[in-house]
This record gives sequence, structure tokens and C-alpha cells, in this order.
Amino acid sequence: MILGVSIISCFAVYSSSHDELIRFYQHVRNILIAGLLIVFLSHVPSVIIEKFAIPAYVTTVFLLIATEFFGETVNGATRWINLGFINMQPSEILKISLPLLLAWFVQKSEGLNTKRDWAFVLLLFLFPLIIVLRQPDLGTAILLFISGTILLFFAGLPWRIIGIGLGLFVVFLFTLFVFGDKFCAENMAWPGLREYQKLRICTLLDPMRDPLGAGFHTLQSITAVGSGGIFGKGWLQGTQTQLAFIPERSTDFVFSGYAEEFGFFGSLLLILLYAGITLRGLWISIGAPTDFARLLGGTLSMMTFTYACVNIGMVTGILPVVGVPLPWVSYGGTALITLGIGVGLLMSIGKDRSETTQGFSLQK
Amino acid sequence: MIFSRENQKVFRVRASSLALVVSIVLAFLLLRLAWLQIVEHEKHSSKAEDNRVILLPQQAPRGMIFDRNLTVMARNDAGFYLELQPSKIEGFQKTIQKLREVIEITKNDVRKFKRLQKEIRSYDGLPLRGPLSDIEVAKLVTRIQNLPGVEVRPRLIRSYPLGVSSSHVLGHIGRISEDDLLRQKKQNNAKQYRGFTHIGKLGVEESYENLLRGKIGYQHVEVTAGGKMIRELNNSLPVPGKNIAITIDSKLQRLVEESFGKRKGGLVAIEPSTGEILAFVSMPNFDPNAFIDGIDQKIWEELNTSPDNPLLNRPLKGVYPPGSTYKPFMALAALSSGAKNPTEIINDPGYFVLGNHKFRDSSQGGHGQVDMKKSIVVSSDTYYYKLAIGMGVDLIHEHISPFGFGKQTGVDLSGEARGILPSSSWKLKRHGTQWLQGETPSIGIGQGYNVFTILQMAKATSIIANRGEIIKPRLFKGSREFNSSEFTYGEPIIQGKLDIQQEWFDFVIDAMEEVNKSGTASRVFGNARYPVAGKTGTAQVFTIKQDEEYDSEKVPDRLKDHSLYIGFAPVDEPKIAVAVVVENGGFGVTAATPIAKLVFDFYLARKR
Repeated sequence: MILGVSIISCFAVYSSSHDELIRFYQHVRNILIAGLLIVFLSHVPSVIIEKFAIPAYVTTVFLLIATEFFGETVNGATRWINLGFINMQPSEILKISLPLLLAWFVQKSEGLNTKRDWAFVLLLFLFPLIIVLRQPDLGTAILLFISGTILLFFAGLPWRIIGIGLGLFVVFLFTLFVFGDKFCAENMAWPGLREYQKLRICTLLDPMRDPLGAGFHTLQSITAVGSGGIFGKGWLQGTQTQLAFIPERSTDFVFSGYAEEFGFFGSLLLILLYAGITLRGLWISIGAPTDFARLLGGTLSMMTFTYACVNIGMVTGILPVVGVPLPWVSYGGTALITLGIGVGLLMSIGKDRSETTQGFSLQK
Repeated sequence: MIFSRENQKVFRVRASSLALVVSIVLAFLLLRLAWLQIVEHEKHSSKAEDNRVILLPQQAPRGMIFDRNLTVMARNDAGFYLELQPSKIEGFQKTIQKLREVIEITKNDVRKFKRLQKEIRSYDGLPLRGPLSDIEVAKLVTRIQNLPGVEVRPRLIRSYPLGVSSSHVLGHIGRISEDDLLRQKKQNNAKQYRGFTHIGKLGVEESYENLLRGKIGYQHVEVTAGGKMIRELNNSLPVPGKNIAITIDSKLQRLVEESFGKRKGGLVAIEPSTGEILAFVSMPNFDPNAFIDGIDQKIWEELNTSPDNPLLNRPLKGVYPPGSTYKPFMALAALSSGAKNPTEIINDPGYFVLGNHKFRDSSQGGHGQVDMKKSIVVSSDTYYYKLAIGMGVDLIHEHISPFGFGKQTGVDLSGEARGILPSSSWKLKRHGTQWLQGETPSIGIGQGYNVFTILQMAKATSIIANRGEIIKPRLFKGSREFNSSEFTYGEPIIQGKLDIQQEWFDFVIDAMEEVNKSGTASRVFGNARYPVAGKTGTAQVFTIKQDEEYDSEKVPDRLKDHSLYIGFAPVDEPKIAVAVVVENGGFGVTAATPIAKLVFDFYLARKR
């Protein structure tokens, strides 16, 4: 609880280092909303949350399909849908509802014992994912895939399969590095990937490939981070002019500015905080009484970690530019709400746990 | 709900292993950050604080445009420009004031700048004044060090050394607007234009944009906070655009433009055997140099509201009734459809009666006994009223359409008009009513619903000159890479051949030659030193689409007939075919024919 709160307040301050005041106010407002969500949800016993699993999942899938047909297309991607009173991104909700449902299912089937169980779970898992892929939103799809895989891992995915998966991945990376130039030639079309996605990966290997486009962000970001030194340049003292060229990306690249202004110490602090949240989340999950609670908690904790890693990796130039925000720090209402719900759920699980250790058994 | 120790243990094992993974990954990230922020700190901070690494796009020189004799028609001049970057300057008015202390900046300049700002959304600088003189450059360079967002940049500027001459053919380039970018995005071309400021907007500049544009280059440079370049890190050279040669003869163009004087109209001259367009004139014309960096508001208004419509590309978009120049085609239609025997004689009393309407011939007493040849030579309307009635509008349409009337010629300019070659089905679709027989006679003499572009008329004339072979008219002659001296030439594009016997062509051409020797054009061509075939035309005025209101003084002029002429020479193995329209010029032989003669005299002398 304490950890959660302190983290949040810190980040609010950090975010304000950008000099667009309106954004700052909106950001604080968003954080307060997220905070309220946390407090509220933490008092909801996980039993009730379980009941929400199916309706949440169904609603999300429904919204996803609706977006496919009625959604607004921006920059070639159809991710948003206008519900009259609010504009929303269903793929964001999926970040909660997918683990929710998968956890519920695993518990229902008492561990995934039969092949049929596995088949079902894969279907439930991959179906919404494919819809997201078609939006197209490769970044979110990959992250959802990771979250689902982590949950399955917790549920008992055989080590063998994990080994094979990892092995394939390493081989893939290796080929990319070694044969990078050939794959990145002008006319090579990569199956399943769009041109701009291929471009981003290739730009990572050679930032000079598209210096006025994707490569630009990465180069500028690395410079900003590196120039922070050990202690940083001080709050509001960063040469933000470098990032002023990239107005749309100021949210995803917020870490660049932070690292520039607070230096290595700042980065260290932030990373330790993320580690803290994640490990604490895992700790809570280990002690949870039900399968559902454990799976959900574990996955949510790991996801915060994953997002943070991917974002920092992107900002420091070791991962390609994908649209992944830095949890709790990047400006963005939907993301904060999602995070708030996530932490709230974790809190609720934590409470269950402490009640259990006080001798209550939560059998229906 | 399950409370299972077994599962819990499994979970704990896995969670712990993930916790381990988390720690490792985070440690790895910390290492990377340490690397950047501690080990490479110097490198990055020097970049950020004292210096700035920026990417300078390097302009690619646009390809030049030459005429068929390699006279330069469009080129690039180097000049220095005073540029402002709106997002970086501190107070527009203040900056302008400070600049005014050094050089002159007129209200016009400011107006033009504001207009550019609205149209173009760019992080790059926008020009305020230029090209600057050497003294202005010297004065400015010292002063602008302390003015943020102000720069003096060398730029390549497009210039059209021939000024107003050939303006409609060349077209012009202009700043890329949001609309242009949208259009390019639709064609998946948007990436090519990153860093480019200008794009071809009209004419040849537009049609051959892809050849002329070239590819942008990059310069990765280190720069101090003041903007001074320290060193170059990386370079990728720009690729200049291809130079192209067009088929136009610029001297011939100028000759035609001068002979038009203040009159309005157009002329197209084609080399029949290849389809190359030797002259393409639209009068009045305009100065394309004014358009390059955003045209001045006043000039734009003048051009747009002038009743003479200088921006209208007349040969391409203006549609005119062909008048009597239509008669040779009617004759060929009659021959190829078998509707009339060439030796058949009709009586021409000067009028033709249909029902209770009298269609008049242009000459009072008529021409007496007229056979087909004479009908062309003296231009007898009565003959063609009768012929038209005899054939009917649809048969006429069937046999005239292959000459290309009522269709686009396919020339390499965009925005070509189609004109109208009427038929009964056309009328039903367009006006919703049946074709009336009373509308047919005027079709025969090239009036009524017939309206065509000068380009179409020139192409049709070439078809006769070619004895039936149809070749696509084109402006593109050849292109060459910036670093080579060899041109790669285009080939004539053969579109087909008319299914009309050679003897019919010979017959009509013979009549057309007589037109110039002893017929309606003999006053001008009587003692020409080369065999030439042609036909005069006088068309009743058909209002070309114009939205302006006319000065009342100009009303009589506006109602005067158009003067037309088509022709080609030499008769055997023609080298040039011409179609010319002088608006409100009166009789065909008065205004249009003399211009055609000048063209033939000039061009055939050159050829020799």
C-alpha cells in the first residue's frame, strides 16, 4: 500500500517537468482518479472480482469487434471507437479483462490438466489478440501475448515448451543481427508485418537508415539520456529543445527527459521503485489463497514490469520504437486507469491474504 | 474456489523464478543506463549542452527543362534567402522590426509570409525575403546571431528565363501544401517528399514531376547553440533530378505569341509523323516566376479576375466550335460512309430550307453548282447542310469520332477537356430530350453542339496529314541523367489507323490544297513557296466558361466571330500541322490564317 502511494506521488512530480501546464493538470487529475480506483477496488473481495471476469471479457471482445467495424481510423489504424459520451480504446481494457478471464478459467478447470482445457484457454487467449492485430496494433498485441503467456506460465506451462519458445526467439534475434542488412533491403517485404513496422526494427539496427523519421527519435533520446550524467541536469534544466521536435512522442519518451534531468541516480531510483512494485506484487500473489488470485496478481505485477522495461529499452535504444507508455509516468488517461485498476485488484488480493492469515477461510 | 497447497507450491516456484528474471532484466537495464549516463556521459553531454547534432536535409537540384533545340526553359538559380522559423522566433512583430533595421522588408513580404504560414505546416524555415543581394547578406549574417529562429540560407530557386513565353506548357512549381501531401499519400509517395519544399503544380512541371524531382540528401552535422556548424558527421548525397527536353520549339512559340499580340486564343502545332508538339500557345499568358514561392495576393487577384482569363490553358481546356474547319472531316465522313459521291453536284443558292426554317450560307448569293471539291475550296455551307441532313447526326458521329473529336487526345498534360461530339444518345443523356432534325444542319458546318479543343483539332489535322495514321500528341522528347550528356529519347506512340481508303484522303487533301491556292485562304497563301493544305473557319461565338462580368465597352468585341484555321505543309511528307483559333478575330482568313502562314514560313525555312 505504502509502496504504491509513494510511487504514484513521485511520478506525478516527475511528469510535471514538462512545461505544458494544461497537460500537467490533466495528469494530476488522472492520477487522482487512478488513486481513487485503487482505494475503491482494494476493498472489494476477490470473490466478487471473479464474478466480473466473464462479463468484462465478453464486453471487451464485443467492443473490439465493434471497433473493427465502426471504429475511427487514425493514421491507418482502427483502435478507437466513439461511444457517444466517450472515446475509448478497447485494446486497453483488454489488458485487464484478458488476464481476468484467463485466471478465472484456469481456476474453474482446476489447473489446466486436460488437452481440452489447454485448447479452450488458447482459444480464449488468442481470439481477442487476433482482432487487435488486425487493427493493426502490433505493439499492444505483442504485450497482450506476453501477459497471457506469463499467466499460462504461472498456471503450469510445461518447462519444455518454454524452453522451445525461448530457443526459437533467440534464433530469430540472432538471424536478425547477422543478416540484418539483407533483410532490411528496400524491397524485402516481411510477411505479416507492415512497412512501417519493418522500418522500425531496421532503424534500430541502423539508426541512420531513416534519420528524419523513426531513427530521429531514438538518436535524440539516447543523447538526452546520456547527457544526464550521474546527477542529471536538474529539474526543468534539460535541453528539452531536442525533444521539442517530437510533439506526439513526448508521452512515450518521458523517460528521456527524466533521465536527462535526474541523471543516473534518478534512473536508478525509478528502476528500484519498479522493481519494488513488481516484487511486492509477486510476494502478495504467492501468499494468495485462491488460484484465481495468484494468477491474476502475478500477471498484473509482471505486466507493470514488462511495460516499464520495454519503454526504457526503447528510450535507451536497445528496443525498436513501439508505442508503449511508461507506467505511472507517461501522460495518458486510459493507461493510468488501467494501471489503477490493476493495482486495486492487487490490493484486494493482498487484503484477502492478510485476512486468510488471520484465520479466515474463504470457501464458499 | 480451490485452496490447494499443491498449486500454491507450483506458483511459488514459478513466481520466484520470474522474480529472478525481473531482477536480472532490471539489472541489465541499469547497466545500459549506466553505460549511457556514466561511461558515455561526456560524449552525450557535450553533444547536448555545447553542441547540437542536427540533420540538415540537402536540397536536390530539380531537373532542368529544355526545348527541342536544347534552349533552357526552366533552370535553378542559386540565391540566399532570409528565412524565419515560426516555432522558434520570439515575437513576430519584434523580429520584423529588428530585421527592418538592417534590410528592407515590405508589407507585401509580410503578407506573403503570413499566407505561406497558413498553407504550409513545416518545421523548416519559411522564406521572408529573397533572393538577397550580396550587401544584404553581409548585413544580415552578423545581425541574426542574436535573433532566434532567423536564418540566411542558400537555396536553389526555380527560374523560367523565358518569362511569360510558353508559360502554359511549362506550368510552374510551388510550395507543397497539405493538399499536395494528401494526394501523394494516396499514391503512397509521401515519403519521397520528406524534406522537399516544392512540387510541380501545373504543366510539364507537374506531368514530369517524378523525373524532375530527384532525391533528397542528408547532412548530419554538429552545431553550436548559436547555429555555427562545427563538423560534419555523416553525409548522403542528394541525387539531382533528371533533365528533360520537351518537343516545343521556343523560338516558334515566341513568334506565335508576338503575332497574337493582344488578341486571345491558342495555337497547337504538331509534327504529324511523330506526334511531337512543336508549338503550344495560349494567349494571354502569365509569368510563372511569380508562382514559385507563393504568389503575391495582388497579382493573384489580377490574374484570376481578368476577363481575358490568362490562367486558362486554352488549347487544353478551352472548347470552341470548329466552324468551317470541320468540313474536310465531314467530307471524309461522307466518303467513308458512302453517303455522298464526290462528283455529285448540288445547287447552292445561298440557303437551305428545312421545314419552315431557312439555313443561310455565309455568302449572299450562294456558290451555284457545287461538287465536293468545290464545297471545300469555297466553303459552301449549303452543301454541308444538305450532307448533314442526308447522313443524320448518328452516322456523322460514327465516322467523325475516329478522328478523335469529343475524346481526350492523351497528351501528357493533366486536365484535358473532352469537348462534345453530339449524337442522339448524347443528347438524351445530357439534355434529356430527343434529337430534333432541325439541329442537324448546323452540325454539318461545325456549329451547333460541336465544341472541341484546339489540341483535338490539331491532332485531327495531323491524322489527315498522315493519311489516316493516328499518333498520340506529346510534349516529352527525352530525358537525361544529371551527370550524363546523352539524352534518352521517347518513341512516337501509334494509336491506330483509320479505315479510310487512300484515294479519299488524296481527294480531300487535294481540295484543301486548292483552298490555299485559289480558295478562301488564297489571299494569304496564294504565293506560298511550299505546297500547303488547309481550311479556314469562322465560328459563331460560343461563350467559353467565364464567371467575370464584362466591361460594357467590350461587349461588341465579345460577340464577334472566332477566326480559325487548320492546315499542314508540305503536302507530301508533311513536317508540321497546325490548328489555330483567334477569339473574336472575325473571318478565318482575317486573323487565324496569317498566323498559320507565319508558322509555316518560319518552321519550314528552319527545317531546310
